[in-house]
Amino acid sequence: MTATLDAPAPSGAIASFEVTLRIRRFNPEVSDEATWQDFTVEAHGTDRVLDALHKIKWDEDGSLTFRRSCAHGVCGSDAMRINGRNRLACKTLLKDVNPDKPIIVEPIKGLPVVKDLVVDMEPFFASYREIMPFLITSGNEPSKERYQSPEDRARFDDTTKCILCAACTSSCPVFWTDGQYFGPAAIVNAHRFIFDSRDEGGSQRLEILNDKEGVWRCRTTFNCTEACPRGIEVTKAIQEVKRAMITRAF
Amino acid sequence: MQTHQYDVVIVGAGGAGMRAALESSKEARTAVISKLYPTRSHTGAAQGGMAAALANVEDDNWEWHTFDTVKGGDYLVDQDAAEILAKEAIESVLDLERMGLPFNRTPEGKIDQRRFGGHTRDHGQSAVRRACYAADRTGHMILQTLYQNCVKQDVEFFNEFYVLDLITDHDLTTEEIADGEEVNATGVVAYDLATGEIHVFQAKAIIFATGGAGKIFKTTSNAHTLTGDGMALAYRRGLPLEDMEFFQFHPTGLAGLGILLSEAARGEGGILRNSEGERFMERYAPTIKDLAPRDIVARSMANEVREGRGAGPNKDYVLLDLTHLEPAHIDAKLPDITEFARTYLGIEPYTEPVPVYPTAHYAMGGVPTNIKGEVLRDGVNVVKGLYAAGEVACVSVHGSNRLGTNSLLDINVFGKRSGRAAAEYSKTASFHELPEDPTVRVVAQLDEMRNRPEGERVADIRKALQDTMDLNAQVFRTGDSLNEALADIRGLQKRYRNASVQDKGKLFNTDLLEAIELGFLLDIAEVTVVAAINRKESRGGHYREDYPNRDDAHYMLHTMAYRRPPEASDQAEGHVEGYFDHVEEFDGYKVVLGSKPVIQTRYEPMERKY
Repeated sequence: MTATLDAPAPSGAIASFEVTLRIRRFNPEVSDEATWQDFTVEAHGTDRVLDALHKIKWDEDGSLTFRRSCAHGVCGSDAMRINGRNRLACKTLLKDVNPDKPIIVEPIKGLPVVKDLVVDMEPFFASYREIMPFLITSGNEPSKERYQSPEDRARFDDTTKCILCAACTSSCPVFWTDGQYFGPAAIVNAHRFIFDSRDEGGSQRLEILNDKEGVWRCRTTFNCTEACPRGIEVTKAIQEVKRAMITRAF
Repeated sequence: MQTHQYDVVIVGAGGAGMRAALESSKEARTAVISKLYPTRSHTGAAQGGMAAALANVEDDNWEWHTFDTVKGGDYLVDQDAAEILAKEAIESVLDLERMGLPFNRTPEGKIDQRRFGGHTRDHGQSAVRRACYAADRTGHMILQTLYQNCVKQDVEFFNEFYVLDLITDHDLTTEEIADGEEVNATGVVAYDLATGEIHVFQAKAIIFATGGAGKIFKTTSNAHTLTGDGMALAYRRGLPLEDMEFFQFHPTGLAGLGILLSEAARGEGGILRNSEGERFMERYAPTIKDLAPRDIVARSMANEVREGRGAGPNKDYVLLDLTHLEPAHIDAKLPDITEFARTYLGIEPYTEPVPVYPTAHYAMGGVPTNIKGEVLRDGVNVVKGLYAAGEVACVSVHGSNRLGTNSLLDINVFGKRSGRAAAEYSKTASFHELPEDPTVRVVAQLDEMRNRPEGERVADIRKALQDTMDLNAQVFRTGDSLNEALADIRGLQKRYRNASVQDKGKLFNTDLLEAIELGFLLDIAEVTVVAAINRKESRGGHYREDYPNRDDAHYMLHTMAYRRPPEASDQAEGHVEGYFDHVEEFDGYKVVLGSKPVIQTRYEPMERKY
């Protein structure tokens, strides 16, 4: 087939525009108080919030501090609160967050702020490690691969997408008030193994999540599902874990 | 300053580093030092698959895979290493499955496999299904699975620690080392980003798994953090870098952005078209068309644009057409990359073709190693206790052009090998004494950068570097363009000495670390361009318009580049009069090129046709 196709709309068709970022600044070496600071930068059609942050850091104020790496939504470094919603800065186009008004950029909530937009991720990873996020099996390993039907593989596909960015956990009102709560991300990763037909550690993980800081704290506000930059149906996964806990069927 | 002692220290927590850690931590006291949280590493951005001749869906064997790897690398591949890669691929994939990796499955429940560029049945007859995959997030699943198993095995990590120096017991930059004399790696110096503190790690064995250096280019699929740290540290300490002129440009980066769209898009049936709607790869690679190796496809695309058949208002890209594929098929096999097209370009791949253009993707060259992962300090001798694996290393299984899916394979095969070898070595080795103050170089460098009251902006120098590399050292190169790049790099190296940072603090000072990383980038760009100037032939990813043919008579050798003091000899090991005898003077040092033979076992070099 060599049919001619129309050229797509040119990228960058949206002209450049000015955008103001209102950023929550905090540097414990300078002050114990956080402050707001406005920066106005020139942006282009497909620029993302991360591009604007880089422009500020590279051209105006080198001390502006944030994490980032891959810059296209797969490494999970740059989760932050943008106009009150948790998102990845590298996946959020400026034109999509109403650049006519200052864009509010803050660190994600519920984790200790280290500097500017950087939070201490250790409590988050500690919860993740607690749910035994690895395949648990017994007996001898097979000499080749374990078999798994496409249907069984599909059962937990959604929760394998997690990039551990903490956007979900730090959008959860329960987590904000109780930092001991495992939080959505840990439960998502438990789900990934509980519903994997190859895994034999489901009961142990359910026992862990049956804890007072476990799944029962979830109030089904759906913040986590809305926040997930990978489109994981987080709340649904939590519900499935709750159901498994009652029925012990998984 | 804090001092630590471990049997094995692994630098980098991507696929290679964590695969090594899973081996070494079983046998030896191991620490992994990483400048990122492990799950942020760029292995996670790999999409399409991991090659292994499992023959789960059609006839295949490791010998065909070896041949494809050698031919794909335009015969600059060390064939003994390629054979190991292809043979051990099978066990490596099975290892990952047993660790829990959720591969896509065949109807019978086996690991499913799909087509990928340059992988063929029976020595080039037709495309073969060899890539094992998990949707288009295979790298993500590998990174997650390895990290999960590191959690299971309680591997010790030092996260957000930047390794800024390698310590050896001989100064390789100046000392003449007698043949056979032992040189030992004794430790590394690291900077803790959170506190600004310096840590010294003394180790019996050190594994470099620091990844690539794509940020020497402007248009790249690589993460901001891929700044060639490990390569540059080795180079500064007098170790050679091998085959740095060979950089892979992945054909399908999102136009203007460089974000990777997996070759799996073509493996699943996607077609490249020019502005006339023509499937132009039929002209360049009549047998396997869009599934030709990346160097050929990237050049063909760039050529279409150059000859005026580019699409878009500026005719500066081509189109990746998936519109003839079923949306359900796209959703099942290519969900992430179609999402990238929607998010970043506002293109709906179900109904519109996606604008694409080559993007700097992978360094074939790097720190030379043997098949155990031991680092070479010249063509023959190793540095005892020093290993490298993954993109930082050059074994060389990729030669002058890597096949898609062979890098996820490389990190697993050679990550595992180096982890085992390092742990084994550490059992009989002892700690070597460190110099009186091992941190002196790092502290001086950091202080100088931090304390310079004002100077040039790091970002300006970095942008100038990336611009000249994109303009002069990309898919098409000439002697003139490369000399242009070299002149720019010389100037930028000087300007770098006057760079300053605005953040003078100790805590989480990313401004300072970006400045240090720029130093690495400049060094890697320097050696890349010098090696490219010297290689007056076209082979794999290195295409010289002024020398468009492969020249096996003179250049069937690996380039070995050494940074030496001005007074050192102009001849390096593997000096070949007229071909590998290039010397380039810089301010305070020079780059001297030598060579290393290519190991050939079963395959005679042939013309590369697809």
